Amino acid sequence: MRAQELLVRTPKGLCCRAGGFYIDPLRPVDRALITHAHSDHARAGHQHVLATAETLDLMRLRYGEHFAASAQPIAYGEKLGLDGVTVSFHPAGHVLGSAQILIEAEGTRIVASGDYKDVADPTCEPFEPVSCDVFITEATFGLPVFRHGDPRAEIGKLLGSIELFPERAHLVGVYVLGKAQRLLALLRQAGYERPVYLHGALEAFTGYYASRGIALGEVRPARDAQKTQLAGAVVLCPPSVLREPWARRFPDPVKAFASGWMRVRAQARQRGIELPLVISDHADWKGLTSAISATGAREIWVTHGQEDALVHWSTQRGLAARALRIEGYGEEDDEAG
Amino acid sequence: MKRAEAAGSMNRFAQLLDRLAYEHGRNAKLRLMTEYFRTTPDPERGFTLAALTGALSFAHAKPSLIGALIAERTDPVLFELSHDYVGDFSETVALLWPTAAAGADSEHPLLLSDVVTKLSTLGKAELPAQLARWLDALDETGRWALLKLVTGGLRIGVSARLAKTAVAALGDKDPDEIELIWPTLRPPYLDLFAWVEGHGKRPSASDPAPFRPVMLAHALEEQDLAPLDPKAYVGEWKWDGIRVQAAAGRLEDGGRVARLYSRTGEDISRSFPDLVEALAFDGAIDGELLVVREGRVQSFNTLQQRLNRKAVTEKLMAEFPAHLRAYDLLVEAGEDLRAKPFRERRARLAALVERLADPRIDLSPLVEFSTWEALAAARADPAAFGAGADADAVEGVMLKGREAAYVPGRPRGLWWKWKRGPALIDAVLMYAQRGSGKRSSFYSDYTFGVWRAGPEGEELVPVGKAYFGFTDEELLKIDRFVRRNIVDRFGPVREVVHEADKGLVMEIAFEGLQRSSRHKSGLAMRFPRINRLRWDKPPGEADRLETLERMLDLKTGATTHERAESADAAAR
Repeated sequence: MRAQELLVRTPKGLCCRAGGFYIDPLRPVDRALITHAHSDHARAGHQHVLATAETLDLMRLRYGEHFAASAQPIAYGEKLGLDGVTVSFHPAGHVLGSAQILIEAEGTRIVASGDYKDVADPTCEPFEPVSCDVFITEATFGLPVFRHGDPRAEIGKLLGSIELFPERAHLVGVYVLGKAQRLLALLRQAGYERPVYLHGALEAFTGYYASRGIALGEVRPARDAQKTQLAGAVVLCPPSVLREPWARRFPDPVKAFASGWMRVRAQARQRGIELPLVISDHADWKGLTSAISATGAREIWVTHGQEDALVHWSTQRGLAARALRIEGYGEEDDEAG
Repeated sequence: MKRAEAAGSMNRFAQLLDRLAYEHGRNAKLRLMTEYFRTTPDPERGFTLAALTGALSFAHAKPSLIGALIAERTDPVLFELSHDYVGDFSETVALLWPTAAAGADSEHPLLLSDVVTKLSTLGKAELPAQLARWLDALDETGRWALLKLVTGGLRIGVSARLAKTAVAALGDKDPDEIELIWPTLRPPYLDLFAWVEGHGKRPSASDPAPFRPVMLAHALEEQDLAPLDPKAYVGEWKWDGIRVQAAAGRLEDGGRVARLYSRTGEDISRSFPDLVEALAFDGAIDGELLVVREGRVQSFNTLQQRLNRKAVTEKLMAEFPAHLRAYDLLVEAGEDLRAKPFRERRARLAALVERLADPRIDLSPLVEFSTWEALAAARADPAAFGAGADADAVEGVMLKGREAAYVPGRPRGLWWKWKRGPALIDAVLMYAQRGSGKRSSFYSDYTFGVWRAGPEGEELVPVGKAYFGFTDEELLKIDRFVRRNIVDRFGPVREVVHEADKGLVMEIAFEGLQRSSRHKSGLAMRFPRINRLRWDKPPGEADRLETLERMLDLKTGATTHERAESADAAAR
């Protein structure tokens, strides 16, 4: 079967008609396969959902028990037949439970990789390249200017700032699922042992990570803290609240943001960020291009982000590449980088 | 934790610039700089101070040279896409530069002093290869700082004054004391650092023409007037020029020194030799730099044409003669007048200007009034209240307390500025382009138009460009609107949908209108900015070119929104 027939672009998202399912559908469908639990990929209201156990748990935390009529967990590597199409989930290294989905039918292999990164993350399984004919890749940071570098150096920058401004609270904008917990783990790896304060929106996901045995150290709700306790403290919060009155309760806050976007100065300055930390849960340019090479795919479909450069790069290397231009991913929360 | 960078390295300098560029708070900037100066050895910290105060002198590298270097190393399509996204050229190069396989030499890190000395001695032909070697040795931030340094535009929001204040804080010195000796100091300022740290004597030869921090006015809202007593204030025109301080005096050996400073204390003498030679007095005058031709003050547009030129030629000076309109006297013949009341300083100034008898220097006239109503009338129509032919260069009135001392900074209640109201029109966004600086990755430069009858029916004609006036949140919204509504591309310019029922209406505020043959509409706006976004308004209801033309014909004082609207109403 030709790849273009096996998986087609529809207004509801990528659809496998032969298997009767959608991948990360944007609107309610009968059968949805979900790569990971970020809200632009994992939406509520589908009939049947197939995802990793962690993704299903995180969706429950996000949307409540009844986020779907039925939910079926699948382990990494386990194969499942759906009306003649075989699907399996493989670690994507993006956040806890994140997966790439391999679709096989009549000798054609397509990998829909969702969001992914190919660097070490203490909070999730590492990315695993899966050989395929068609690789569907994200392009959030699909420009060669994006080099994420070593996150430990960025943590060093944060700790250095706390040393220089011990009376100022350090507010770090983080995406609530994944980035927040990775930042905690990185802080602990760097030997930072003080309690870290959390905005309310981060508590449930962080609690879940901790319950899965991921060492995050002591965390406290920011709302209960006295102003004096917060001098020199690290406070994690969603990026959007950095601009809101919420941020004013802290002593002379230093506003930081942990994101791949922080590589570009204008992105940091426009958001009023004083301490940009280049830490991303998406692959950078080198990560994207080496992932493409590692799959051995001859055909590359590029979704959400900076598609043009990645299509150009692939074409230069003799690969058939095209931009899928699916509206809806990476838009709902443009700060997910 | 181990120090990541050697104390005086280029990378450490880069980290300082990087952090300063993001920091908003003045005190935090001071702490960052003071901490750097405290922990960085000579002469590196001195060269850093020179970089921050704009005191380094070497021939700057042209962007084309850097463009050629990066072109040898990257795919042109990827470079263009990246540049379009990042906006800033130097930053794009810094981010795209391939990391050297060998990596940086951590035993012998690149020092700022190496860079500065090499740059001032290097021949033009050797520059590209040397620059490439340096770029290979640095990380992203280091490359960015190096490129900013060699192209001559740090732009990190630190004034020379602030950098000097940070040095003063090393030893609890008064920054004004540094200001006094500054003109005699040279990079890398070993004697300065030795003195502030208490192991050297004060560098001598005090400057006979130092900069004194200026006094600024508060913006006046009409409700501020009620509690004020008109008799306690003197009125002056607010000139639409450049605020300057002209300082002059004699050295111990009798040589004359004269300088022109900007309001932040930058020495701008080099750009105005024609005016500096007229500063034949001993003291410091506060005033406005204007272009005056045949006794008539020219508009800010004209002044800007002089400011935009880098080379100051005889022709330029003849065409745009610089003029000082004096309004205050801070010091005269060694006597500090700043504590004295304004009326007394003004009398001394009037006498001094008369003695100078130089056509390039005159006294800013007073605006007579006895009630606030009278002042409001003068503000609305300067031409009829004494400004005469110079009225086009008046942007409002100033109120100065008769008894007020000259207090540096912006003390409340002593000086007020009361600008003329802007004119407002509703225009339609037509084209957008990426901005520069912190807005470089957003569509933040907007070309807008108004309706007119064209050969094929109603059409929009561009009438101006605006780059500011919106909040950061609004910028994000407009940027998103632009991205989703691009209908065509011309190089870096994006054409945005603009039809009667589709598009974005922007309320534009501007200070004046002029006829212009360079613009398709025949009009040029002065100081246009976005006053409000009218997401609610269909583009078809935006203003028409006829409205602007009538505003041009009126050409009197306060072209307020009301006036624009009534003109509009009359036309319907």
